[in-house]
Amino acid sequence: MTTKTFYSEESANRRNSIFLLIIVIAFLAVFGFVIGFSIGYGSGQEVAFGVGALIIAVVIGSISGVFSYYGGDKLVLASSHAREVTAEQAPQLYNVVSEMAIAAGVPMPKVYIIDDPSPNAFATGRDPQHSSIAVTSGLLQKMNREELQGVLGHELSHVRNYDIRFTLLVGVMVGSIALLAGFFLRYTFWFGGGRRGNDRDNGGGGLAIVLLVVGLVMAAVSYFFGALVQMAVSRQREYLADASSVELTRNPHGLESALAKLAADTESLHSVNGATQHLYIVNPLKKLGGGSALFSTHPPIVDRINRLRQLTGEAPIDQTETRQLSGLQ
Amino acid sequence: MLVPIIILVVLVLVVLFVVGIYNGLVTKRNRVDEANSQIQVQFQRRHDLIPNLVNAVKGYMDFEKGVLEAVTTARANAVAAGAQGPEAQGQAENALTGTLRSLFAVVENYPDLKANQNVLSLQEQVTTTENQISFSRQHYNATVLEFNNSLQVFPNVLIAGPMGFTKREFFAAEADASAVPVVNLG
Repeated sequence: MTTKTFYSEESANRRNSIFLLIIVIAFLAVFGFVIGFSIGYGSGQEVAFGVGALIIAVVIGSISGVFSYYGGDKLVLASSHAREVTAEQAPQLYNVVSEMAIAAGVPMPKVYIIDDPSPNAFATGRDPQHSSIAVTSGLLQKMNREELQGVLGHELSHVRNYDIRFTLLVGVMVGSIALLAGFFLRYTFWFGGGRRGNDRDNGGGGLAIVLLVVGLVMAAVSYFFGALVQMAVSRQREYLADASSVELTRNPHGLESALAKLAADTESLHSVNGATQHLYIVNPLKKLGGGSALFSTHPPIVDRINRLRQLTGEAPIDQTETRQLSGLQ
Repeated sequence: MLVPIIILVVLVLVVLFVVGIYNGLVTKRNRVDEANSQIQVQFQRRHDLIPNLVNAVKGYMDFEKGVLEAVTTARANAVAAGAQGPEAQGQAENALTGTLRSLFAVVENYPDLKANQNVLSLQEQVTTTENQISFSRQHYNATVLEFNNSLQVFPNVLIAGPMGFTKREFFAAEADASAVPVVNLG
C-alpha cells in the first residue's frame, strides 16, 4: 500500500517553501529594524529609521528583480544558445509538450532546442502565458517518449506553479538583506563612534551597543543565511515539480527512469552559469565529488527517485543502483 | 454612533466575503465547461487525422480491407454521435480508439509499412492525439474536483445551493474500456 500521494507531496513541498519565504521576510524585517534602531538610537525616531531602511533596501533590491522578471527569460534563452522549433521541425517534442500543457491546463509554451549532448531541460517565463521550455539535443536522443513526458511534465509544472516568480521573490528578499548588511557594515566602519558617545550620558549606551552587536552579527551571517535559504527553496520547488509531474502524467515510472538516466550521465552542460543553474531539471554543473547537499540548487537525484518510488510503494534504492534502474548496464 | 458604524462595517465585510465566494464558484464552473469543450476539440483533431492515415496505408494493405473499413465506419459514427450527447459520443469515440489500435496492430505485420516515414509520422500523430484526448479528460476531472470541493467546503456549502450551483460529474471510463481490442484478420 502506498502511504503517500502526489497531492500530499505537493502540499508538503508548498508548505515548506512558504515557510522558508516567511523566515526570509522575518529575518529581513528584524534586520531592518535592528539597523534602524541602532543608527537612529537616541533620536526618538528609531521606528522611522527602521521602516526607512527596510523600504530603501527592498526598493533597490526590487529593481534588479523587475528586470529579471520581464527580460529574464530572453536572456536565459539567448545565453544558452537555444533555438526555437516548430511542430514540423520537432514533432514528437512538440507533441509531448502539447500533451503536458493540456494536462496542466496552461497555454502552449514556446519550444526550444539546445544543441548539446548533455541531457537536460529547463523552463522559464514569468507566468504561464509567457513561458518557454528548452531541451537539449542530448535529452531527445537519450529519452524515450514516456521519459520525455515525465521530464516535460516536470518543466511545465515549474511554469504552472509560478516557480520562476517564487524564486525571484525569494531572491529579491535575500538581495535586500545583502544590501542592508553591506550598508550597515560600511556605516559602522565609518560612523560607528559618533552617536553612541552622545548616549552614554543618558545611560542608554548599553542597549545601543547590544543593538550594534546584534546588527553586526546578523550582517555577518546574512550572506551565509541568504544562500542557504535560497538553495533550500530551490530544492523544495524541485521536489514540488517532481510531484506535480506525476499529477500530470499519473505515471511516476517515466520520470523515475528519466532521472536514473540523468544520474548516469556525467558530462557538464556548456553555456551555463550560476544564474541559470537552478532552472534546469538536474544540476547542469557537475562538480567532481558531488558537493554539499545544503548548497546545491537541486536535491540529490537518488532522493528524488526514492520520493517517486514512495508514491508507488516501491523500496528505496541507493546511489549504486541508479545505473541499473536506468537500464544502461 | 459607534455601534451603527461597526454594524455597517461588518455587513460590508460579509457582503464582500459572499461576493468573493460567488465569483470563485463562477470562475471554477466556467473552467469545467471550458475543459469539457477542449475534449471536443481533441475529438475533432482525431476525426480530421484519420482520412490521411487510411490513405497512407491503403495501398499496402489490400488484404486488410476489413480493418480499414472498420476504422472509416467508426470515424463516421463518432462524427455523427457528436450531436447525440456525451454518453453516445463517449461510446462512439472509444469504439474508434479500438479500431485504430487494431489497425496499428496489423501494421506490425508489414515491414515496408512499419518503416514508411509517412506512416511513422501519422502513427506519432495518432499516439499524441490519443494522449491528448486522455489528458483533456484528466484535466476535465481536475477542474470538476476543484469545483466540487469549492461547493462542498464550509462556509461555501451554506450559500452555493441557494445561488444555483450544483455538483458536476467526473468523466468515468467505460466498463469495457480496459478490454484488449480483438484483431480480426479474417
